[in-house]
Amino acid sequence: MSGAEASLAISVFLASAVEAVEAFTIILAVGSTRGWSSAYSGVAAASLVLACVVAILGPALTVLPIDVLRLLVGTLLLIFGLQWLRKAILRAGGVKAMHDEAAIYEREVAAAASSVGEEGLDSYAFAIAFKAVLLEGLEVAFIVVTLGANQDNVPLAAAAGALAVLFVLMVGLAARAPLSRVPENAMKFAVGVLLTSFGIFWGAEGAGVTWPGEEAALALLVGMVLLASWLMVYEVRSAQSELREVRG
Amino acid sequence: MIERAARGVWEFAVGDDWRVAFWVVVTIAATAAIAALGWPAWWLAPVATLAILRDSVRRGSRPISVEGTESD
Repeated sequence: MSGAEASLAISVFLASAVEAVEAFTIILAVGSTRGWSSAYSGVAAASLVLACVVAILGPALTVLPIDVLRLLVGTLLLIFGLQWLRKAILRAGGVKAMHDEAAIYEREVAAAASSVGEEGLDSYAFAIAFKAVLLEGLEVAFIVVTLGANQDNVPLAAAAGALAVLFVLMVGLAARAPLSRVPENAMKFAVGVLLTSFGIFWGAEGAGVTWPGEEAALALLVGMVLLASWLMVYEVRSAQSELREVRG
Repeated sequence: MIERAARGVWEFAVGDDWRVAFWVVVTIAATAAIAALGWPAWWLAPVATLAILRDSVRRGSRPISVEGTESD
């Protein structure tokens, strides 16, 4: 496996694992409160939709000329990666609350318990499970399709995504509890750094740039984005603690 | 229905801070223009990206408020 393929697999695995943990919390809350059959039906239906998205968009993107693909995908990945990184920096800096799976689980259980139950297919449980998997999964599908198509290796990206989901499911079902110990912010931070670096590399390449050192430049970009992001976390933390001191 | 779908697409593609998307597009366009002139343009995207990120983080961290748990 080349360095680029390893980066692709790691990026997709981490992004998929984070989103799978978030979807799992909601499914666990709905399933344990309202019954598992309707929740599983929602999961299966959403998974089918996501599989279709990847199966249709993946090959469709690879038909585009490589420069157009890199320009388009690089720009989108850069926007997407910066969103992830911005939130992760603000969370690590103490501005935004950390993602709390236990709190989300309690909230979802309360909401599910307050809604009236139904005989047969429970439309509430189905809809909540479907929505959770579809919304969390769309981000993963986007990352799988764009990263995979750009390296002409959608199967590797899809396999890394599927492996992550399977891993989270196995751990989650064994624990039968929200996976609140998963370091979600650190994982989102890492994914943000990787997506942003891929976005810079491919976006510029698609715009006609030749990178000094060619593919080795990608590793330098990852290091540069990581270092700059850490510095921004430090800067935000310092500013926050100064503000707290001023406000007493 | 269409409005909700459009809002969903916007939130998915652009996110919380539309300025990030705007400046990323400007950066890539400027990179393409410089490269088309035959000048070295590889430095622009990394420098501009870090400036965009820092600007967005600074704007996001201005009010000292710990927001509630998010679903994203």
